[in-house]
Amino acid sequence: MSLQVSKNGDVVVIEVDGQLIVGNRQELKQRVLDEAEGGARKILIDFARAGYIDSSGLGVLVSLAKRMRELGGDLRLANLNDDLQTLFELTKLDSLFQIADTRERALESF
Amino acid sequence: MHAALDIRVPSDVQQIEAIVAQVVRRCREHRFDGRQLSLNVPVALTEALSNAILRGNGDAAGKCVRVRAEVTEMRLVLEVEDEGAGFDLEACTEDPTTPENLEREDGRGLFLMRSLMDRVERFRGDGNVVRLTLNRR
Repeated sequence: MSLQVSKNGDVVVIEVDGQLIVGNRQELKQRVLDEAEGGARKILIDFARAGYIDSSGLGVLVSLAKRMRELGGDLRLANLNDDLQTLFELTKLDSLFQIADTRERALESF
Repeated sequence: MHAALDIRVPSDVQQIEAIVAQVVRRCREHRFDGRQLSLNVPVALTEALSNAILRGNGDAAGKCVRVRAEVTEMRLVLEVEDEGAGFDLEACTEDPTTPENLEREDGRGLFLMRSLMDRVERFRGDGNVVRLTLNRR
């Protein structure tokens, strides 16, 4: 997995490339926490180039969303493919996250 | 089990992606459904492997995990064996989708295995074995 980080106004966009699983989830966690430490309060995670996500990856997203809310910020998601959408529906995490079809719509939603 | 794949690998989560890729390749050769190749098999096997490595083997260096896969035109049968004492599969019934559990960071692994596979079993072999069965669609 690799992460591409960019800024769009006051939104930090993190694009996940590859699988988000137990062996690499800490990279995403640390990156988001570093951005929050630097003052970012709006985080968008874009899964357009992502592969599959396991329960550890889902858990990290839950934990980061909670942390951002504690900081008065927000973490949102974009571009879930059909497999990822199924995973979020199975686990009912689609009710916990604001999820947009495209990056543009997600950015407009903040 | 007569297995098309039978490997013993170091108990290390960094091994997971390569093992998953091997199993998915065999399922693709048997023309499994695209969704099974991109979602069911990789996610459920990743869960079984991470359970074996982190819980069964306690993330201990020096231990091993054995993975066996039998793939036919009908089904995939996977066995993931660790060196741990095992656990009571039937007792693990917590639902991670309830409102009180939804914001928990952990507790979704077994739920995903059960959701994405047709059958999940656990038994004692030489070590603790989790068997996953997926019928080809």
